[in-house]
Amino acid sequence: MSIQLTINKKKVSLDIDPNTPLLWALRDHLSLKGTKYGCGIAQCGACTVWVNGEATRSCVLPLSAVANADVTTIEGLSEKGDHPVQVAWDQLDVPQCGYCQAGQIMTAASFLKKNPKPSKTEIIDGMSGNICRCGTYHRIQEAVKLASEIAAKKKTSSTKKSAKA
Amino acid sequence: MKNSRRSFLQQTALATSAFCLGFDWFKAEGKAGAMVASTVEAGRFNAYLEISSLGKVIIYSPNPEIGQGIKTAFPVVVAEELDVDWKDVEVRQANLDTKNFDRQLTGGSGALKHSWDRLRKAGATARQMFIQAAAQTWKVDPSACKTASGFVIGPAGQKASYGSLASLAATLPVPTEPTYKNRKDYKIIGKRTKGVDNANVVTGKPVFGLDIEKPGMVIAQIIRPPFGATLKSFDATDALKMPGIIDVVSFKNKVAIVGQSTWQVMQARATVSCKYDGQNLESESTHKKWFDEGMVTENAQVNRKDGDFKAAIAKAAKVVEATYECPFISHSPMEPMNFFADVRSDGSVLLAGPTQVPQSAQKAVATLLNRDEKKIEVELSKMGGGFGRRLNNDYALEAAELSSLIKKPVKVMWTREDDMMGGIYRPAVRYHFKAGLDAAGNMIAFYLRGVGLNAGNSTRQDNFPVGAIENVLIESVNQVSSVTTGPWRAPITNFLGYAEQAFLDEVAEAAGKDPIQMRLDWLARVKSNPVGKITYEPDRFIEVIKQAAEKSNWKKKPGVSQGFSVYYSHLSYVAQVADAVMVNGKPKITHITAVTDCGEVVNLSGAENQVKGAIIDGIGHAMFAKLRFNEGVASPSNFNSYRLIRGNEIPTIDAHFVDNGIAPTGLGEPALPPTGGSVANAIYAASKKRLYRQPFDI
Repeated sequence: MSIQLTINKKKVSLDIDPNTPLLWALRDHLSLKGTKYGCGIAQCGACTVWVNGEATRSCVLPLSAVANADVTTIEGLSEKGDHPVQVAWDQLDVPQCGYCQAGQIMTAASFLKKNPKPSKTEIIDGMSGNICRCGTYHRIQEAVKLASEIAAKKKTSSTKKSAKA
Repeated sequence: MKNSRRSFLQQTALATSAFCLGFDWFKAEGKAGAMVASTVEAGRFNAYLEISSLGKVIIYSPNPEIGQGIKTAFPVVVAEELDVDWKDVEVRQANLDTKNFDRQLTGGSGALKHSWDRLRKAGATARQMFIQAAAQTWKVDPSACKTASGFVIGPAGQKASYGSLASLAATLPVPTEPTYKNRKDYKIIGKRTKGVDNANVVTGKPVFGLDIEKPGMVIAQIIRPPFGATLKSFDATDALKMPGIIDVVSFKNKVAIVGQSTWQVMQARATVSCKYDGQNLESESTHKKWFDEGMVTENAQVNRKDGDFKAAIAKAAKVVEATYECPFISHSPMEPMNFFADVRSDGSVLLAGPTQVPQSAQKAVATLLNRDEKKIEVELSKMGGGFGRRLNNDYALEAAELSSLIKKPVKVMWTREDDMMGGIYRPAVRYHFKAGLDAAGNMIAFYLRGVGLNAGNSTRQDNFPVGAIENVLIESVNQVSSVTTGPWRAPITNFLGYAEQAFLDEVAEAAGKDPIQMRLDWLARVKSNPVGKITYEPDRFIEVIKQAAEKSNWKKKPGVSQGFSVYYSHLSYVAQVADAVMVNGKPKITHITAVTDCGEVVNLSGAENQVKGAIIDGIGHAMFAKLRFNEGVASPSNFNSYRLIRGNEIPTIDAHFVDNGIAPTGLGEPALPPTGGSVANAIYAASKKRLYRQPFDI
């Protein structure tokens, strides 16, 4: 029996073991390799995706649990790679090896949706569920702050535009 | 076409559309290697710099990228001397190419040190050839021409792009002594250059080893035996009946489960049972016994002897002694071990994946399978961290052997548990230090014995403070263990640096001296009259120490306790001051000031990343990481109980660099060794508790 769900705004149908974790469904069956395997037990956050808009660890989430759900992966975060979080990550040169960063970015973007103007402490707490073995934590925290500022500017300029129109 | 390696040689073989300057990044001892200018029609040529007639500059970066930033740093140096704008440069990862590269590896923080002159020469030589080509065209004196942003500019304001000059430039002789930029004119070196892979990383492009997919590829996981055990039998009856499972095969005491997809392989693997034979398998108690025995044996290897330690310690007014110990630890890169291999019936082999030493993989696979090295191709992927783990190609050999057995292209994937329990660890080491002070508090005798489990020589016998002390004895004992070990970021010094710097803090206290002044006094002695052979430069040590004292407001911060350390490794010098305060009765590290002398900083952004990352790495592993062994089996097995440092556990860090213009030295590792020491010494200053083993008990 196949399972239907929406991934990055596209409807997909998967006819595989419904116990398959979403992570492996994405990587092995949909060739979406941006979501990473790090620990397989929801400890490191490398596999973070959004399920119905919520940051979720895909390595322990069976496909059956996301039937008809709306899933967003790093590949679908923005069309042109220009989500404020992606822009901030590049500007502050956050990545070292880069392996954990898709999970960090998906966590950060979800965090900022709920808390668009976070304090420093809120950023630190909000991002501490994700491990970075290279130790890019300072820049991750600075980039979340920068992303919030970029998003705020974008919002102001689009409000201005619509006011003019 | 044969390229002479040591002489300059020109090839003008094919029709012109691009200028290629091949330079041998790693050949020759400190000299620039062979260079080849050439024109090519299309496609890849054995060259590392390519400028098309459209002006696009392509630089091939040969070294494996593990997050140290070499894929950005190397091309920065070429682009600087070539005098092009960074935005016009495209960087591509070169695959293994033993014909043109000698040291195509990542290890020992040695890449920039080895390649600095070659990279500069490559850029400067090409620049000069473009000038020459323009001068010929304009019929002017080349010395009247200059370059800017990829253009040659003539005396009458003529302007020609490198791209337009490419085909003529490629026919000119390659200059042997190009002129270099003055460092004050650098536009890219020393500035912040963002990682060339950032765009791929932030959009989730498949760039890592685990992302590799090849036609017909199957997936495998491998069950490995406890250390020291042999496989007696295994039962895969159930596994073979499970959906998607292709085969279960055994080799070298291992059992490989081969299937169509990762999850199917994981499920099937869980049903396979293995029986092992093994006697005297190692446990924590075994390791303790070996440490105890190693500390008292008469058969230690003597690594350094200055003066007469025994006589000096016998007449010392005061003796300070301490023992330090660290466990085996895993490298735990975020991307676990994995590799792709396709061993084909025609004798060719394709290897692809993350390795710090691709040429070793090629050679080892050739030996293992008795194949011709030349028929083994190695594609390099980006690596999700390495930290030394991928200097060992055990996992690549597994993939090759398995592919040869099942006659299919296969990707072997280690789970996190496999990665943590499957070996190649930082060796466990115990150190014993002894210092003898005279009545004035001067250290007159210094002793160190290191006992390591598969650690080789666990000391660095020529390192400071050796050279400042009259009577020195440094010994090591290596105990052979079945637990596999290998280099872990800053091999040996990652723990030795801590132990030594923590011990010297005790010495300073016993001597009633300031820990910084004590070291400066020793270095003054080294400068005027060193004892025996030294491998470090005292002036560079002195500079980082002085700057760290100044920038950290050493002992001038009210309410803050500070700890100092300084260490020399990989030809670089790093001094650190850690700040600690007591919070709810416990010491907390709030800030670290680091001053690094790694010579010329090529990419400031990358350099800061390396220093801060290494410090965080050093703190995390000093504080938390520990593996134990029970009957040859390691535990813990995953991040739920093997703790890695997180973003809410880090101090703020200031990373400063000495601006001296010396040719660059190592940076991926040197900031780690002093970290445990500065942290332990700050914790002592705050809590009066000395820390003698990792992980710290606070």
